[in-house]
Amino acid sequence: MKERLEALRKEALEQLQGVADAATLNDLRVQYLGKKGQLTEILRGMGALSAEERPVIGQVGNEVRAAIEAVIAEKQEGFDRAATAHRLQAETIDVTLPGKAVNVGSVHPLNKVAQEIEDIFIGMGYTIAEGPEVETDFFNFEALNLPKNHPARDMQDSFYITDEILLRTHTSPVQIRTMKAMNGKTPVKVICPGKVYRRDDDDATHSFMFHQIEGLVIGPNIRMSDLKGTLLQFVQEMYGPQMQIRLRPSFFPFTEPSAEVDVTCAQCGGSGCRMCKHTGWIEILGCGMVHPKVLEHGGYDPKEVTGFAFGMGVERIALLKYDIDDIRHFYANDTKFLSQFAKI
Amino acid sequence: MNVSYRWLSDYIDLSGLSAQDLAEMMTRGGIEIDSVPSRNAGVNGVVVGYVKTREKHPDADKLSVCTIDAGTGEDLQIVCGAANIGADMKVPVALVGAKLPGGLDIKRAKLRGVESQGMICSAKELGINDKLLPKEQQEGILILPPDTEIGRDILDVLALNDSILELDLTPNRSDCLSMLGVAYEVAALTGRPLELPDPGKDLYPTTDRTSDHLSVSISATEQCSLYSARYIKGVKVASAPQWIQNRLIAAGIRPINNVVDITNYVMLEYGQPLHAFDAAKVAGGRIDVRLAKPGEVLVTLDGQERKLEPQMLVIVDADKAIALAGVMGGANSEVTLETTDIILESAKFDGGTVRRTSRQLGLRSEASVRFEKEVDPNRVRAALDRAAGLIARYGNGLVTEGIAEAAVSSPEPVIVELSLDRINGMLGTELSSLEIKTILSRLQFASEVNGDGRWTVTIPSRRPDITRDVDLVEEFARLHGYDEIPTTLIEGPTTAGTLTKPQAIRRELRSILTGAGLHEAICYSVTSVQRTALFKELSGGSNAISLAMPMSEERSVLRTTLLPSLLEAAAYNLTRKNNDLALFEIGNVYHTDEVALSRLPQEKPRAALLLSGNRRSASWNRSAEPVDFYDAKGALEKVFERLGLAGRIAFVAAQPEGFHPGRTAAIAIHTEHGTETVGYVGQLHPELQRDFDLPDTYVAEIELALIYEYSDSHIEYRALPRYPSMERDIAVVVDRGVAGGALTEAIVASAGELLESVKVFDVYTGDRIGSDKKSVALALVYRHGERTLTDEEVTETHARVLAQLEQSFGAELRK
Repeated sequence: MKERLEALRKEALEQLQGVADAATLNDLRVQYLGKKGQLTEILRGMGALSAEERPVIGQVGNEVRAAIEAVIAEKQEGFDRAATAHRLQAETIDVTLPGKAVNVGSVHPLNKVAQEIEDIFIGMGYTIAEGPEVETDFFNFEALNLPKNHPARDMQDSFYITDEILLRTHTSPVQIRTMKAMNGKTPVKVICPGKVYRRDDDDATHSFMFHQIEGLVIGPNIRMSDLKGTLLQFVQEMYGPQMQIRLRPSFFPFTEPSAEVDVTCAQCGGSGCRMCKHTGWIEILGCGMVHPKVLEHGGYDPKEVTGFAFGMGVERIALLKYDIDDIRHFYANDTKFLSQFAKI
Repeated sequence: MNVSYRWLSDYIDLSGLSAQDLAEMMTRGGIEIDSVPSRNAGVNGVVVGYVKTREKHPDADKLSVCTIDAGTGEDLQIVCGAANIGADMKVPVALVGAKLPGGLDIKRAKLRGVESQGMICSAKELGINDKLLPKEQQEGILILPPDTEIGRDILDVLALNDSILELDLTPNRSDCLSMLGVAYEVAALTGRPLELPDPGKDLYPTTDRTSDHLSVSISATEQCSLYSARYIKGVKVASAPQWIQNRLIAAGIRPINNVVDITNYVMLEYGQPLHAFDAAKVAGGRIDVRLAKPGEVLVTLDGQERKLEPQMLVIVDADKAIALAGVMGGANSEVTLETTDIILESAKFDGGTVRRTSRQLGLRSEASVRFEKEVDPNRVRAALDRAAGLIARYGNGLVTEGIAEAAVSSPEPVIVELSLDRINGMLGTELSSLEIKTILSRLQFASEVNGDGRWTVTIPSRRPDITRDVDLVEEFARLHGYDEIPTTLIEGPTTAGTLTKPQAIRRELRSILTGAGLHEAICYSVTSVQRTALFKELSGGSNAISLAMPMSEERSVLRTTLLPSLLEAAAYNLTRKNNDLALFEIGNVYHTDEVALSRLPQEKPRAALLLSGNRRSASWNRSAEPVDFYDAKGALEKVFERLGLAGRIAFVAAQPEGFHPGRTAAIAIHTEHGTETVGYVGQLHPELQRDFDLPDTYVAEIELALIYEYSDSHIEYRALPRYPSMERDIAVVVDRGVAGGALTEAIVASAGELLESVKVFDVYTGDRIGSDKKSVALALVYRHGERTLTDEEVTETHARVLAQLEQSFGAELRK
């Protein structure tokens, strides 16, 4: 009987070796190991064996079964793997086709730039102050040392609503409102962003409505060197640590001394190009030490405190930053324009 | 102000400083110089020629053949086409080999068979703006004065070897509206000495006294503080010398005759405008300065009849107005070629008065600009004497003895005190007393310093911009150099930088809406009256606030709602073939209940959005999906959820103006003070869609004040559920008019606390349930926080819900 089992093992293993598909493998499994299979049939004769022979033959039978099962399992695994590979192959898709679009919106470039500027100054400990766009003559002009006869407040240049009320021509009235709200306390450190209006004919570089960001600092000993340091820090955070600034004397009624501020031309790095008219510098803001009359209007004693103020046009910064050729694009709201600013 | 570099060098040594260097130095010192054009536009090889003969060209009517002595040793034959050429003239001759502006090279040529050895030039061909030429010189070739030296380079004759500094002056630096002012500035910048003209040295007084010819008075003492005049006899009115003409042209002023040119020359030199009257036309030998009378008229030098108003200042003789003070002379007293005696005026008129008059009449001139900025009272007489001297010399005049003058007040000198500490404390510099002293002496400001470092500085009247210590601080800063000011950081307590709640929420809104695929727009705050009437409810009954002087009808009032400008933006995009639109704007609207503003209007922050076209455009794997009401509503729901307002907000069917009456919801916010509508969301009314040429468009506008107030970022954590939920779906058939929101509200109310959520997952209308019915399918989730629910209790609750729906809405369970 033992010989028959060994013969069966030999035969089965030989048969299994050549099997190339899962169906044949299953047939052989049934043929050898099934309930009516050959192994079962041989072992059925065990009843005729002696008590001594039975465990010996039983063990041989188990070994033969295990050997055949092992080979079948190994074969089966191979077939399963091949079948999976085949199925996955069939499921292949074209990964180069476009994905299902998720709509991406965009913050308006002017607000994007304004937020960036705000964030830099928030990081430097400034708070953000806001004021009305429709202003009184007092806050917009008088308190800022622009007396009644000053040419800059001519009816031709401002949108008046009544003799005493107009659309603000700059964000500077927020300086006065902030000072009054502070009630003489120091330090004052604010940024004032907002819309402003001037009676200009619209062209590529002018818009009757535009945006400004104003800064104001007041304290017991604020110096012009602090203004320079603050602006240098701002410019380097905004445009990169290699940037430098240059101050040129200028005039604003609400500051004295006053300066225009140039920044290294980002396009050429200062070597001179079309954008900076070959000077290496781009003018980006105006600034100065707060005029004593303005401090007085804000409720501060110019003998006790000093301050600096600066202001910039958001449009100008954005035009330069993105090399946009026409300011009117900002207000046309063409989605082909707006969607270009969807990036972080 | 256009400053001739050569002229400037009359007053200060500019050696070693090119015009470009000087421009850079002045710009860095605070006088911005836009550009430094050369006066020579490309002329080379043009000399003065003498026309010995002029013959008609044998074969051409309009051409002449001239024999020219150009100092070259032999006569040149040159063909000329100008009508004004004649024998015995001095003219500019471009020799063979010469170059002219525009790249023109002069070669030997034959014109209609006659040889031409060069070209006789017009001023225009020499690159001179012909608008700046005397009228008689604007046509044809340039005729030079008879005493011009033959063979001399035309660049010397016309002073074209020069550069112009184009000053872009800030309003405070009107002192640089004069050559002397610029010279003082350059002296301050360079430290070089000044050489000023001596106004008196060219006077030729006679024994004849001015007072025998002229008396002056000032009636309008508020508007004129000083009026000085000189009387000059026997003047021969003719062309001014070439050098004066050259300088005027360089400065951009057209030469006219010697008297007018000299007044202009001195105006440029001293910054003091002058005016010359024909003395024969000044009645009574009397001049007064007074305000115009009602109904008074004056024909000005330009031939225009001007109706004068009572606040305008006029110069009058014994019986009539003869000039508009500081603005323009009268035609009735004009200096002409026949004039022999002149009255020369130099005065200080009030700047504001001159400005208002010149604006009102639309008459701005070099003179009015200078008066507007307030002329230096201490130069009134000096300029008068300077001009009188030049007229004596170049117009053969005899200046009578003495000045006729009326003065209201003489200016007080301005004294400014400041300390070294103040200067350094304000600038952050460490300037020494010696440096301060050096700068003051360069400025030529008289000063004294006392022991404890306090300076007393007397400001000359030529610098009216300096009145306070900070003005002087600026002088120190700019002359020391802004570059020399160190960079420091603010000292003092640190401060925390923050956004206010509204600012933070606005940023959050931008983030949510751009995340939902919308693009942010910024529209103009002004619009037309018609546009403010489109959305009555959103305008909140406000009057439209009108601009006093709008630039156009379309931009004449402040917007009362955001939507109209967003609709315009959408319409614009459609014309640009941008068909799928998702836009939003955050901005103010301006409301008032006043008809005429007596106080500031309310500025209300709002957000608006607009959707049109497809939510998604068609792609290879899916078809296009058009937007609908629920896209707009969904975007808003997302906003409210993010702002912690979901529980306070309700959408209620509404019919506001401008919206589709069946597809619009009012957005209500519940607060402890009650429920308030904060905006609307819906489809644009089809009529408006038609007016704006838009397809189906969905819009929303909300007021942000209450949103700011009630937005709530507080997060209350709830433990995760530990017991399983039971889900029951139902479909009920109700009348079409029953709102889905009402069903869910009723379910929430009747189910009690076991109900965790209810969600509409399908709405069906169609033949199978009757045309006036709809089927609403809802998914209900039940859960208990502390134990597993039993089938029985859910069934009982669910039955209660169904009974409630049946009772309230006649709902039938759909089989």
